[in-house]
Amino acid sequence: MCGIVGLFLKDRTLEPELGALLSAMLVTMTDRGPDSAGIAIYGAGTDGAVKITVQSPQPEADFPGLEAALAPASEGTARVAIKSTHAVITVPAAHAEAVRAALGTVAPAIRVMGVGENVEIYKEVGLPRDVLARFGIAAMAGTHGIGHTRMATESAVTTLGAHPFSTGPDQCLVHNGSLSNHNNLRRELTREGMRFETENDSEVAAAYLTAEMASGKNLGEALEGALGDLDGFYTFVVGTRSGFGVLRDPIACKPAVMAETDRYVAFGSEYRALVGLPGIETARIWEPEPATVYFWDHRTAA
Amino acid sequence: MPVFDLSVTPLRDLNSALHGLNDGANDTVFEVTNPRGHHAVAVGINAPVTVKVHGSVGYYCAGMNDGGNVTVHGSAGPGVAENMMSGTVVIEGDASQYAGATGRGGLLVVKGNAASRCGISMKGIDIVVHGSIGHMSAFMAQAGNLVVLGDAGEALGDSLYEARLFVRGSVKSLGADCIEKEMRPEHLALLADLLARAGADADPASFRRYGSARRLYTFHIDNADAY
Amino acid sequence: MSYHNPQTPPRKSATFDDHTLAEIRRAAATGIYDIRGGGTKRKLPHFDDLLFLGASISRYPLEGYRERCDTSVTLGTRFAKKPIHLKIPITIAGMSFGALSAQAKEALGRGATLSGTSTTTGDGGMTDEERGHSDILVYQYLPSRYGMNPKDLRRADAIEVVVGQGAKPGGGGMLLGQKISDRVAEMRILPKGIDQRSACRHPDWTGPDDLEIKILELREITDWEKPIYVKVGGARPYYDTALAVKAGADVVVLDGMQGGTAATQDVFIEHVGQPTLACIRPAVQALQDLGLHRKVQLIVSGGIRNGADVAKAMALGADAVSIGTAALVAIGDNDPKWEAEYQALGSTAGAYDDWHEGRDPAGITTQDPALASRLDPVAAGRRLANYLKVMTLEAQTIARACGHNSLHNLEPEDLCALTMEAAAMARVPLAGTDWYPGKSGF
Repeated sequence: MCGIVGLFLKDRTLEPELGALLSAMLVTMTDRGPDSAGIAIYGAGTDGAVKITVQSPQPEADFPGLEAALAPASEGTARVAIKSTHAVITVPAAHAEAVRAALGTVAPAIRVMGVGENVEIYKEVGLPRDVLARFGIAAMAGTHGIGHTRMATESAVTTLGAHPFSTGPDQCLVHNGSLSNHNNLRRELTREGMRFETENDSEVAAAYLTAEMASGKNLGEALEGALGDLDGFYTFVVGTRSGFGVLRDPIACKPAVMAETDRYVAFGSEYRALVGLPGIETARIWEPEPATVYFWDHRTAA
Repeated sequence: MPVFDLSVTPLRDLNSALHGLNDGANDTVFEVTNPRGHHAVAVGINAPVTVKVHGSVGYYCAGMNDGGNVTVHGSAGPGVAENMMSGTVVIEGDASQYAGATGRGGLLVVKGNAASRCGISMKGIDIVVHGSIGHMSAFMAQAGNLVVLGDAGEALGDSLYEARLFVRGSVKSLGADCIEKEMRPEHLALLADLLARAGADADPASFRRYGSARRLYTFHIDNADAY
Repeated sequence: MSYHNPQTPPRKSATFDDHTLAEIRRAAATGIYDIRGGGTKRKLPHFDDLLFLGASISRYPLEGYRERCDTSVTLGTRFAKKPIHLKIPITIAGMSFGALSAQAKEALGRGATLSGTSTTTGDGGMTDEERGHSDILVYQYLPSRYGMNPKDLRRADAIEVVVGQGAKPGGGGMLLGQKISDRVAEMRILPKGIDQRSACRHPDWTGPDDLEIKILELREITDWEKPIYVKVGGARPYYDTALAVKAGADVVVLDGMQGGTAATQDVFIEHVGQPTLACIRPAVQALQDLGLHRKVQLIVSGGIRNGADVAKAMALGADAVSIGTAALVAIGDNDPKWEAEYQALGSTAGAYDDWHEGRDPAGITTQDPALASRLDPVAAGRRLANYLKVMTLEAQTIARACGHNSLHNLEPEDLCALTMEAAAMARVPLAGTDWYPGKSGF
């Protein structure tokens, strides 16, 4: 139903190529998900600033005056960079909440795709190649990223229904599979204060991990918890500000291939997503084990 | 002599200390101060311990007491000594409703008055009330003795089984299937013993006895209005 | 040549049908209302009106026999130091020694123990045999307090404060004199042979504010070890569940009007209470509104017959179910092999419900030693264990087909309803639609 990819760079000299490498991986996965595509790139941040990636169904109406419209809330500090249907608002952390709140009134049609110091998230309905081109992903640099091509199952083919799902700062998740207890879990998480934008089962998985991490767990521990609390079939690839994780359910039907070299860790739903990576011929290639948490972090790896 | 000041010590500490006693610990005396209307004070006692409570307690004081001697120097809330198995519970003040409810054994003494439903569903306990009791007392009482030196409220002994009721004062009204019965010598002897054990100075001959007419023991339509 | 006017054939009234007429004559002749067991006999919206959707392409099923589908359940995780762990989410409901023979109680204990689940005492106290044959025994705390004592309270694995039963929410029990044997009379401290009237209200508390204090007392007596269940009849499930929880229950037992083993007036059985199907969602809603769904466990009973019923109750939000009537049938109640004797009692196998009279040919609902000795508790316990195993496998089969690795992951969204009534009561869409009565928009 979907294709998912992920790339976590260990070698900083590869960082300028992240967007290009990830784009190529994602396009290879078009057959698995022609409905929509999405990508999250963890790029350079500005000290003390937060990036808010937003999407609008009427960008020509909402975006040109957005910087001015947000000036009162940001005290003139918000900067808006428009990319097709998306825009990245950069604002000092102290003003981030005020800007998010102001968005609802100055441009009610705008939806927040993700928030964080480093992450930018782009997703749209359409073929992966077109979606990637529209946002110029291939030109982007970064430390790690994840991507998704979607064949919708039980929820709508919309921008909001596309992956990655981001439910916490610098956190995002892509999912291949189908969860079978997401309705109950969504009700529980809603009661605990999580907000949901869609009826998508994968958003529930993302919110679950966010809630677990909010309670003090690291990504690896949160993924361990998911093994007990999430029912159904899943392969998740998850990003945090400095971390990258992979988890397959105990049955592990949905495909997953990983590659690791001194320069990177890569994930693909199929091996062909990995074949364009540098040095793939000599990489360690393996299929992740069922019910096993795989987890890398720039901060702990160093 | 352990002292539990319930204004600073959790109730749990008191009750778990009481439950932790060995069978041989029969000279143990517990003092409880500042009960301040706490519920479930000294419940589930299962050893011959003496507990002196200085002040008034809330619901279910000495509930299910089995062998303890509990004295409340104050008044007791609802359900004091409920389902008592054995031992003695003395309330120096008044008792609220349900005093001695479903009690199976032991002696409950209320020095003041007891409110409504005293001895409700009693199953073998002896209850002596120095003052008066409220309405619906000894409702569905199955076994045991209820002695009242003062007056009884309305519907005494409604749907009574085999419990014996002795009242010295007036009875406002009798409940369904409860009738006055002859006071025979064995009843006078029983009463004298109970009065002595309860420290009550009263002449057994001045009491009247009430019991079940046993008309409701087997259903008959002509008694339907009594149900 | 003769001509006959056409005549209308005799027509019986739908209102005054044969059963109604017979009951009027019986009442007029005896002056006693009809008392019986066996639960409501009218047709009610029930689990049969729900279907599972199953998995195909948008969801994937699990392989039977290979891929794990957990059936265990833990009850009493909220406050109790010693929660109860069951291997299957099907428990045996409270039925008293007195109502049932010692052999029948033993059979229930044996069957439950073989299956890793619990059984429950009833109105009349705990017997040594029952304690001995039940690994996990829930001790009922009833209005009558027959047989209640602190020793049994401490040797129980959980305490169930019974506020009501599905067969008679708001009513008390009735055990006719025929069943008050020497032993039953001694346990209940009653004269032998008299009708025993159980109270409908607890003698020493009324309402949720008092209940909270009563639960505190029971916890203090048992040193906070035992899970405290509160059992209510299906009357006002939202409020009764919410109030049981607010009063401090670890587990809520909710018994719909199909709950069947309690002997009481026919008019009560047939006209008071709500169907089990209608009770579950409001109760679950109450738990969810309090943020305690799955934290305070919900046991549903009343008309549970097979693994599909188990799965449906759990999909609607129950943590476990409880069976009474079905367990009695499994150990041999209403067996056609006693047909001649059922006929002699004016009944027939499958319809015998005078369980309170103590003349049960199957030896189950009786205190008659000759009748009771007909039931072999070992063989009957085996039958119960077999039946519980079948129900569990059935429920697992359904859960796997819906893609769940645990029965507890079944969801309302796995269901659709065949009738408008069931759709409204279970709040699941009418089959083929995405709508149920009461859903916003209509």
